[in-house]
Amino acid sequence: MCKLRKYIEPTVVTGWKAYDENPYNESYNPSGVIQMGLAENQVSFDVLEEYLEKHSEATNWGNKSCGFRENALFQDYHGLLSFRKAMASFMEQIRGGRVKFSPERLVITAGATAANELLTFILADPGDALLIPTPYYPGFDRDLRWRTGVKIVPIKCDSSNNFEITPESLEAAYNEAVSMNIKVRGVLITNPSNPLGSTIKRSVLEEILEFVTRKNIHLISDEIYSGSAFSCTEFVSISEVLEARGYLEAERVHVVYSLSKDLGLPGFRVGTIYSYNDKVVTTARRMSSFTLISSQTQQLLASMLSDKEFTQNYIKINRERLRKRYEMIIDGLRRAGIECLKGNAGLFCWMNLSNLLEKHTKEHELDLWKTIVHEVKLNISPGSSCHCSEPGWFRVCFANMSERTLEVALRRIHDFMEKRSLIV
Amino acid sequence: MTRNSDSETKPRKPTRTGMRLIVPLQGIVQGRGGLILGSLIPCALVYFLQLYLKRHRSSNTLSPSTSAENLPELPRSSSRANLLTRGSIGRVPVSSRASSIAKPNDCPYYIGLDRVREDPYDEINNPNGIIQLGLSENRLSLDLIEEWLSKNLSASMLGEGGDDLNICGIAAYQPSDGLMELKVAMAGFMTEIMGRTISFNPSSVVLISGATPALEILSFCLADQGNAFLVPTPYYPGFDRDMRWRTGVELIPVHCRSCDDFTLSIKALDQAFNQARKRGQKVRGVLISNPSNPVGNLLSIDMLYDLLDFARERNIHIISDEIFAGSMYGNEEFVSMAQILNSEDSDRDRVHIIYGLSKDFSLPGFRVGVIYSFNENVLAASRKLTRFASISAPTQRLVVSMLSDTKFTREYMKTNRERIKKMHDLFVEGLRELGIESAKSSAGLYCWVDMSRLISPYNEKGELELWDKLSNIAKINVTPGSACHCIEPGWFRCCFATLNEKQIPLVIERILTRNNLICPHQNGMNWSLTCCSKIIA
Repeated sequence: MCKLRKYIEPTVVTGWKAYDENPYNESYNPSGVIQMGLAENQVSFDVLEEYLEKHSEATNWGNKSCGFRENALFQDYHGLLSFRKAMASFMEQIRGGRVKFSPERLVITAGATAANELLTFILADPGDALLIPTPYYPGFDRDLRWRTGVKIVPIKCDSSNNFEITPESLEAAYNEAVSMNIKVRGVLITNPSNPLGSTIKRSVLEEILEFVTRKNIHLISDEIYSGSAFSCTEFVSISEVLEARGYLEAERVHVVYSLSKDLGLPGFRVGTIYSYNDKVVTTARRMSSFTLISSQTQQLLASMLSDKEFTQNYIKINRERLRKRYEMIIDGLRRAGIECLKGNAGLFCWMNLSNLLEKHTKEHELDLWKTIVHEVKLNISPGSSCHCSEPGWFRVCFANMSERTLEVALRRIHDFMEKRSLIV
Repeated sequence: MTRNSDSETKPRKPTRTGMRLIVPLQGIVQGRGGLILGSLIPCALVYFLQLYLKRHRSSNTLSPSTSAENLPELPRSSSRANLLTRGSIGRVPVSSRASSIAKPNDCPYYIGLDRVREDPYDEINNPNGIIQLGLSENRLSLDLIEEWLSKNLSASMLGEGGDDLNICGIAAYQPSDGLMELKVAMAGFMTEIMGRTISFNPSSVVLISGATPALEILSFCLADQGNAFLVPTPYYPGFDRDMRWRTGVELIPVHCRSCDDFTLSIKALDQAFNQARKRGQKVRGVLISNPSNPVGNLLSIDMLYDLLDFARERNIHIISDEIFAGSMYGNEEFVSMAQILNSEDSDRDRVHIIYGLSKDFSLPGFRVGVIYSFNENVLAASRKLTRFASISAPTQRLVVSMLSDTKFTREYMKTNRERIKKMHDLFVEGLRELGIESAKSSAGLYCWVDMSRLISPYNEKGELELWDKLSNIAKINVTPGSACHCIEPGWFRCCFATLNEKQIPLVIERILTRNNLICPHQNGMNWSLTCCSKIIA
């Protein structure tokens, strides 16, 4: 408990507070703060709603009395088979049917947050480390470390090669850990990346797999944004790389997935671990008793996700709409004189404001960020909160608002940039 | 004259290297050098042996799965033979905490549940299957909930318009420690069940996906690795897992006995506390279940005060697992720890209550648990940890509607109690006619049955033999007292709320008709034919 008491919330909390105190609303508060720091997907909500309205039997247990009874009593940590089958099938569809997932290897958890923590407990002991490429999702500092006692050692990536992970950066991180007498247990990648908004190339995945094999450590691939790649062929899953090499060294690979981003259902708390390692599956399953998904929710989703017509349609529409949003924001930012990293996935873009900084330091980045939050009234995420080694980058979410709100945000940025170029 | 430690009574001998190498304990006795050598060298030998074995292993096989897991084989290519030449030095290790969790179940509580899973009784499809009496589930009153759902479901789930109650409202991120509406509804429900003179405050409610994670979160919040909780026995076998697995916390059993009706003794708690202190082990609190699982008795109000006094004197916490508070069938009234705190304001910070809907409300699948605490630090820390175990939003919505319908909840609790009582009485009477008595109890979904006369030898081995026979021959799964750390052999927890009225005589009949196989050493079981026909009719 002492650890939690000492946990100091990162500075980004000020951004959230600014939003909470003065939230933008098109009608009631048009000058309020627009929330662009929350990676939530609302662009395809209507597709979901339409399905649920037409298929009300998904939300109840039908007329059979045993349906509800069994469901209410079902607390088996294996999870409903129908749900696991539906999730496995959904994950296959996202990967264009290029790889198969077995429901027997799927472990259910209440969200990807829990899945990542669970895997950390299983793969590492207190004091050990996971290597994570920067910039990374700030939540990892909390989720992977709080209760597990495990450390994070960053794999430093930079803009010289579009923040791609290289064998050199992997080695450097590993050696850094060794020099601190820390045992490395695995590498954790997010693919598509948060906050970069881009997928990892197949060749890079192969290099990472080669590295973890050589060091005899694990690889966790958090693929929570896999369904949010703008086109089906842009995203290559680690499972596809394994499949192509006959599942050699698969025992060290574990995939995390969730419905919070792709389906826009973070409130449902649905996460999964897919592991190619029997021991990890067995252990994760037992440990999942601390983080089970409500059987009611499993039932609802089993019904929805096994409707292939719905899922194919949803995946397709979701990808198109996200791509459209992305193009809209990139275009708007470009017209304001701002460049972003080339992205092809996710609910955000990785914006480069480094040329606005007087000095390339974290402090100057945070000053700029505060200006954006309080004057431009946009809550975005500073790169330093994601442990980015280069100051001046920001993550900007675009999928948690309407197009109109996005237009307002872009106009504000445009005005801000105009004023600054006048001042400078 | 007191016995001194070994090092003082044994005369110091010149050290014999051979002994010191092989017996680390001897090394402790004979000094530090012995300890180091005695520990290091065997470890080094084992290490080199393992390295030798790894290098000479012909193929890289996976560890055998446990019986319950049938994992599909991964497609293997012929290039697996190249593994060793590719620089892999063997199977990739998992953490030591995972290794211990992955081991096959050796606790009869879990083995029993696995056996039922593999061969479950079904009246039509598997009439010779194992009847489940090892899971404290309540199947007696689900029809009442079904009836409520048929009238109220769509309104409760998807709402009738308005931002909050439709699908948009439940899809988005929610506060991880639960919706305020559910905290309010839950506080109201808890007040109904255990409030009496006090009411539960929604701001002190933290919602979590089940009592299992609730307990683990409290364990993380109140204790550090290596610290301990005192737990009166017999206790729920799940505590060993829930409180210890990932937290590194220890449980110290404090034995209660049948001569005291298995009630808590402050003297025994005190003794256990002192012994722990002598060992250098820091005790952080007492964990009680009230109503007790597996015995089903209640802590009296005096005992609650005594316990609070004890905790205050030792400056430790009390975790009160009150998950069966609504499953009362006796004449006694249940008193929650929260009840006695009003007048003891300074002690409020040390009491934390666990609750949930898995037992009283028959909804274990929905994963609805509660931490109720008066301690702001604990509340703040628990809330942060709920991000790993939040209740699914559609379920929160449904439960808000259910619990807010106080007319329904009152009728439900009343009818539920009546049904539990009926089943309890039938079951206890049925066992009594076999000459088997149960401990005095007032609550819970089980009874604590004394089969000590039927075991031979009178010890844990004899008890486990009987348990095994009940499982394999009588085909009923019960929980042996040893799994609950009971110090007296021969007691078994039998859950009756998973049965219907027809199944109770079936259970009794199975024990009766197979009794010569179950306890062949018992000649005089005095089971008359008339009594049998009464039961089976």
